[in-house]
Amino acid sequence: MTRETPAGDLTLANLTKTFGRRTAVDDLSLTIPQSSFFALLGASGCGKTTTLRMIAGLETPTSGQVLLGDRDIARLRPYRRPVNTVFQSYALFPHLDVFENVAFGLRRRGIRSVGGQVRQMLSLVQLDGYERRRPAQLSGGEQQRVALARALINHPQVLLLDEPLGALDLTLRRQMQVELKRLQAEVGITFVHVTHDQEEAMTMADTVAVMNAGRIEQLGAPADIYEFPATAFVARFLGQSNLIAGDVTGGSGDDLLVTAQGARFSVPAGRSRTDRGPVFLGVRPEKLHLATAALRVPAGHQHLDGTITDASYLGVSTQYLLRTAGGVELSVFVANSGDQQRFAIGERAVAYWNPRHAFLLGRRAETPDPTAPVAGEPVGVSA
Amino acid sequence: MCPHERGHGVNVLAHLSAGAGQPSPPAARSGRHRVLPYLLVLPGAAWLLLFFAVPLVQLAGASLYDPTGSISTGYALSWAFGNYPAAVQAYWPQFGRSFLYAGVALALALLMGYPLAYAIACKAGRWKNLLLVCVIAPMFSSFLVRTLAWKTILSDNGALVGLLRDVHLLGPDGRLLATPIAVVLGLTYNFLPFLALPLYASLERLDRRLLEAASDLYAGPLETFRRVTLPLSRPGLIAGALLFFIPATGDYINAELLGTPNEYLIGNVIDSAFLVRLDHPQGAALSMLLMSVILAVVVVHLRRAGTENVL
Repeated sequence: MTRETPAGDLTLANLTKTFGRRTAVDDLSLTIPQSSFFALLGASGCGKTTTLRMIAGLETPTSGQVLLGDRDIARLRPYRRPVNTVFQSYALFPHLDVFENVAFGLRRRGIRSVGGQVRQMLSLVQLDGYERRRPAQLSGGEQQRVALARALINHPQVLLLDEPLGALDLTLRRQMQVELKRLQAEVGITFVHVTHDQEEAMTMADTVAVMNAGRIEQLGAPADIYEFPATAFVARFLGQSNLIAGDVTGGSGDDLLVTAQGARFSVPAGRSRTDRGPVFLGVRPEKLHLATAALRVPAGHQHLDGTITDASYLGVSTQYLLRTAGGVELSVFVANSGDQQRFAIGERAVAYWNPRHAFLLGRRAETPDPTAPVAGEPVGVSA
Repeated sequence: MCPHERGHGVNVLAHLSAGAGQPSPPAARSGRHRVLPYLLVLPGAAWLLLFFAVPLVQLAGASLYDPTGSISTGYALSWAFGNYPAAVQAYWPQFGRSFLYAGVALALALLMGYPLAYAIACKAGRWKNLLLVCVIAPMFSSFLVRTLAWKTILSDNGALVGLLRDVHLLGPDGRLLATPIAVVLGLTYNFLPFLALPLYASLERLDRRLLEAASDLYAGPLETFRRVTLPLSRPGLIAGALLFFIPATGDYINAELLGTPNEYLIGNVIDSAFLVRLDHPQGAALSMLLMSVILAVVVVHLRRAGTENVL
């Protein structure tokens, strides 16, 4: 086995790729620590797949470097890189059986006796006995596992996964997420996983980078990004967020004071991305609680009054929409723990939250309030 | 059997490339739907019966006529199986030559046709359709006219022969026309599209992502071609080789226009047996023999190629 010495971290340095006049990846720099599970998360067209293809060598960067340890591999042909890919379409060779698909990389590197390794890899992905099947005879999940085995058998320094679970149904996807995470821990290879599914990214990755328009919006541990997003894009892309447009009007101790919806709120300075000007006051729906009247709001909490406009019973929780007097629609998740009061549509209610759960994001002055009501409905006071 | 029915060739081609690996529709339940397919098959089947099966039986019968008969005195079916060994004995050189020339022409056509089909399918980009038209365009003119044009190209005072004499590839009196080279070149040219088009169709369908996957899995360009492109284009390769080889083996126009009686192929012999010498039993026996040998070659070829995609 010609396993190369561990090369260390994967570093992208000022990586840029343009297609004609369109910039797919824009001066991207990041470091992926060795043996970590890294997710590139973004909507389609954000440049995440192009980034992945540049690491694989299937696209040549317009400028910038792809460093493995301190070796720049950006201009190496794909077949000269210690990097393997699990393709979105799997791209299994239809004319070869499972055994030969998995053995392909080993054989191309001149390794003669591949049988033991292939069988070992097939049993790792739980496909013992599938050696002589053709890809067309396999289910989606089985094909996905063959694609994984075909890449992993080469012991690459980096394994690239291009939305490999996208074609699977929900149950299978959940199962494969757990499998992949287990495998990654077992083989200790750096995994770079591209996905548009935020739940998938959060479930699997140690570190998530949220991409938008060819740039990284935020990079960090899933919980950190979720609890304290850096931008309005991240706050909306990763889970749901109530973003209330307002303005910073001053400070008081460790808190910033924000005027929004004709009321004043405070946010800890440590949970603020800016300390002046137009802002979004953000609260996650599950951090909001409902009460029948302002009097019932516990001490130390802040609140907004409104009317329930929608209630969706989801089993584990109920999702309410609360329209405030200012015309902002807030989403509120109430856990279905059994001792919560149920609210009916049209009922008056108060949404309250602990200021420590709120966060403050910078807002360009012209950015409209994303939670503002749709056109045609009455608009209340402006922020 | 007429090897120059170009229309049939194209139909077979479309059929071969379109039918590969497609699942058959689910079985219909109602009675009407069970009858309908047969009704649809009926016109084609009737046509085949009338213009293929019946003449074939007639030809087989004619090959067993008493060879002493003639058109003027009439023929008698005397089960004269001796016609076959007699025909082989008289014309085995032309038989051998037909397969030799068609084989060499096929090899040349593969050498030219594969890169051509590959370039059009994979590298041509927006020129793809124009190049395809260029491959098909000669078909708009008659087979005879095209072969006559080759006669001009290869003529003794033509530019090509002049050039070859200048670079001493040909002696001062060397010529191309009326040589085996001319006949093989004519066969290669005339049937090249039959090879290139099915090949193009299968290369065009090739999933580019498989090439990326091969490259990702340490296969350089040559290995990628050998391990992925070539095996996946095999159905087109086999269909193309058959569509080339079958009419090329039975051809007689190229030998007649570009060669001399020394280059005559079995097609020329059959042609003269029916139309010049008026020896119908012998012509029929040779036709039957040619058909059986080609059929045998095809069967062996497909067996060896082992492709479930073609048959």
